[in-house]
Amino acid sequence: MKKVFGRPKTLKPNPYHYCPGCGHSLLHRVVAEVIEEMGAEEIAIGVPPAGCAVLAYNYFDVDMGEAAHGRGAALATGLKRVLPDHLVFTYQGDGDIAAIGTAETVHAANRGEKITCIFVNNAVYGMTGGQMAPTTLLGQTTTTSPGGRVENRDGFPLNLSEMLAITRGSAYIERTSVTSPAGIRATKKAIRKAFEIQLQGLGFTLVEVLSPCPTNLKMSPLEACKWVDTEMVNFFPLGVIKDITASEEAQDAH
Amino acid sequence: MKGTIKIDSDQCKGCGFCVEACPNDVIEIGSQRNAMGYFYAVVKKAKGKDDKGCTGCSLCAIMCPEVAIEVYREKR
Ligand SMILES: Cc1ncc(C[n+]2csc(CCOP(=O)(O)OP(=O)(O)O)c2C)c(N)n1
Ligand code: SF4
Ligand code: SF4
Ligand code: SF4
Ligand SMILES: [Mg+2]
Repeated sequence: MKKVFGRPKTLKPNPYHYCPGCGHSLLHRVVAEVIEEMGAEEIAIGVPPAGCAVLAYNYFDVDMGEAAHGRGAALATGLKRVLPDHLVFTYQGDGDIAAIGTAETVHAANRGEKITCIFVNNAVYGMTGGQMAPTTLLGQTTTTSPGGRVENRDGFPLNLSEMLAITRGSAYIERTSVTSPAGIRATKKAIRKAFEIQLQGLGFTLVEVLSPCPTNLKMSPLEACKWVDTEMVNFFPLGVIKDITASEEAQDAH
Repeated sequence: MKGTIKIDSDQCKGCGFCVEACPNDVIEIGSQRNAMGYFYAVVKKAKGKDDKGCTGCSLCAIMCPEVAIEVYREKR
């Protein structure tokens, strides 16, 4: 018998601290697989966030440099400018990238920094106990929106990826999910493409990944995936949002 | 095609994603707990007459958050 699936070498054999069914766990493996398949172990530098993924450096067997909350894009900018031949990626939750880190993210995209942001959207502040995030859905109950998010009081869910696509410096932005085998394959393809576009020096790249947080949604892991697939996608539609390498026809068809 | 899987019961957190993903109903959550306290996934013992068994398709492993599943396939 031949081994056809196992742990990528770029993922250390440490057990994750994440909850059962957490999207961070799935996404870590996907990112590690892409790095391994590209043979980019020696040039990859990851930037973990404040958030549940704060300990991501315990899992990826590549160089990592922890950023202060929301400052991933700023730290990655510095790393990439000093080490332009490296593959520099941030790994950031929705609270990290779309709340406290909005300013540096928008400006990094607008400057066309040749970095990749991996944006894990689970519609809550996971680590700190499930508070409302900018990405929390209308009607969604969180610890700080106990009766559900209301637009008049709390504003609308923020579509950061679409905002970043408007900046002239962004080259590639796609939204995927990790709630099914097909979603995981699409996520892997998107991250690979983003990394390749970064290495070609074409501009800022970002992959937003819709991700289950069963603990704060107060659902079973399978229910949380279903919620992402049926509720979250209504506010955050899946697909390529911007790709400057695609032909104009392909762009229009989208 | 014939395949087989190995589940690392120490790493499993019993999320049930593999059970849901398997098209051939090969896996179930067992009745034993591991050191972390989770009921872990196991390969089902009872096999029906029409049971195709594991084909080595890897869908369970692709969905396993804990990277607890290894998949092996018969060489053709
Ligand atoms: C400057 C600063 N402010 C606030 C915090 C507290 N804090 C830690 S993580 C977090 C938000 C996490 O949410 P998200 O980025 O969505 O990550 P998740 O845990 O959901 O993956 C906050 C507010 C902090 N660590 N640093
Ligand atoms: S709180 Fe949510 S995001 Fe954090 S580890 Fe648990 S499931 Fe994952
Ligand atoms: S490899 Fe495929 S058939 Fe075998 S247990 Fe996993 S999902 Fe089921
Ligand atoms: S998917 Fe992995 S962690 Fe979840 S029940 Fe199956 S083996 Fe366990
Ligand atoms: Mg979050």
